Amino acid sequence: MDEIRFVAATGAVGAGVDRESLAAALERGPQFIAADAGTTDAGPAALGSGVPAFAKDAVKKDLTEMLRAGREGGIPVIVGSAGTAGADIHVDWTLDIVREICAENDLSLKVAVVRSQQDPDYLLEMLAAGRIHPLAPAPVLNEATIRRSVRVVGMMGVESIQRALRLSPDLVLAGRASDSALYAAMPIALGFPEGLAWHVGKIVECGTLACEVRGPGAMLATIRTDHALIEPIGPGLRCTPMSVAAHSLYENADPYLFKEASGTLDLKQAMFEAATDSSVRVSGATFRPASAYNVKLEGAELAGYATVMIGGIRDPFIIGRLDWWLGKMKEYFDHSVRAVLRLNPADYQFSLHTYGRDGVMGELEPERNSAIHEIGVVFEVLAADQRTATEIAKLARQPLLHLPVPEWKGAVTTIAYLHNPPQIERGPVYRFNMHHVVTPRTEEEMFRIESVEIGSRVAVPAVVRTA
Amino acid sequence: MRLDRLASLVRSKNAGPFQLTFDIMFTGADVYQRVKSSKVLNASLIARLYDCELDSVQFFECDNALAFKATIPRRQVQGAFGDPDLHGGQQHAPLMAVEIPH
Repeated sequence: MDEIRFVAATGAVGAGVDRESLAAALERGPQFIAADAGTTDAGPAALGSGVPAFAKDAVKKDLTEMLRAGREGGIPVIVGSAGTAGADIHVDWTLDIVREICAENDLSLKVAVVRSQQDPDYLLEMLAAGRIHPLAPAPVLNEATIRRSVRVVGMMGVESIQRALRLSPDLVLAGRASDSALYAAMPIALGFPEGLAWHVGKIVECGTLACEVRGPGAMLATIRTDHALIEPIGPGLRCTPMSVAAHSLYENADPYLFKEASGTLDLKQAMFEAATDSSVRVSGATFRPASAYNVKLEGAELAGYATVMIGGIRDPFIIGRLDWWLGKMKEYFDHSVRAVLRLNPADYQFSLHTYGRDGVMGELEPERNSAIHEIGVVFEVLAADQRTATEIAKLARQPLLHLPVPEWKGAVTTIAYLHNPPQIERGPVYRFNMHHVVTPRTEEEMFRIESVEIGSRVAVPAVVRTA
Repeated sequence: MRLDRLASLVRSKNAGPFQLTFDIMFTGADVYQRVKSSKVLNASLIARLYDCELDSVQFFECDNALAFKATIPRRQVQGAFGDPDLHGGQQHAPLMAVEIPH
């Protein structure tokens, strides 16, 4: 086999699969279709609450397109980081969508489900064995952190996807996975160079984002023994050596070195050349195997429950002494929380964002003292339960509304609340609590595979084509 | 001249929940080289603008992409209570105003 070809259907399942482009890519004889369905960039809420960040109907639409194309081409579909965060609840949510799709389209599928959620007892055992190590910068991770976590997932690499592919499934549905690994798994299993396979995975995993201007479409990749071709499929899409090289910067800390579970992708010697007017030839990437197999952990814990109030300030006298005024407000507020609710400052947190002044950058804002005529105030309080958070917010409502301003004599109303009632219950708030890797004894002990048959008919196994 | 007049893109973004990364990109090799040779963009500048330890700043000159890149620890973990920028996408404005001498 001297080349392998595959398709990235979209940058994220739920962000949109373009049917025509996928059909056009299918005509080029790809050996699999893949896309990731998750990211930590959506924030800790998806992992903590179990609720995916993408709309269910959008995910269903994209999965339908991908599964239809997979069936039509007789090739497997690989989906990773199911349901945004890739924990069991997210995998099951996605599996239910697949069941709906099969029922509605008279499809039958063999699904290889790869689970990535980690049992707290297992993590405690790994911690005690000294097998959990921090990345930089990392919060403290101890027994309590593990016990407090609502969910923890491990990020799988190519090995688990490869094991799933050995079951000859129509669909690999993986929990949390390295996006690039979804693409690199089969090429590496077939003996293509690891550096090229990972590099190509990195380029196509965001879909058409590696194009000059992104748009609806798919990415077609062809890996050969000493180079690879990256070709966008979609109206007006164009990849250039610059656009592909520049994409390696996006959302990554280091533009040259990428840590994966089994080693490090090194792009320092990577070459990017125009193959055609819209496609790019890449070569030169290397992959250095790690001395140990290290799995990145992602965990979320409950921080508390929040209640929010939004308002605006337009009076120049208040704006002119805003920090003083907000300081007075906090003083009064802390006092009344203590007097009325008998809570100590340690029992709650509050955050105040003053939009129009420094709401986005906080103390880093260089224009903090520029002239302002209006300020948006977002007041937020966090407490152990929703009722307490809302009670505290209600206590803050009055001081924000009527706190005196020295420039005025007489009663003043100092904030324009947007809503009635002003407070909005935001519900549970989560936080990421791990930036660590674990070195398991075996890959299998962290990532578990089961084969699930969906649909009434006997599933026709997908054939992995060989040249 | 201000950096935002020279660059094709100045952006910030999360690099995972614990880091924030900045990309400063150019379309022409000559402009990129001019900015590079000015030596204005470096780790100390980032440390000063974003009030972080110099040795916590990763700084890269990416010749093949005509880009500069810097990565710093996030001041608040992404999405934590009080974090004002979930995606880290609006933290780049101070870089736009950086003056590049002729």
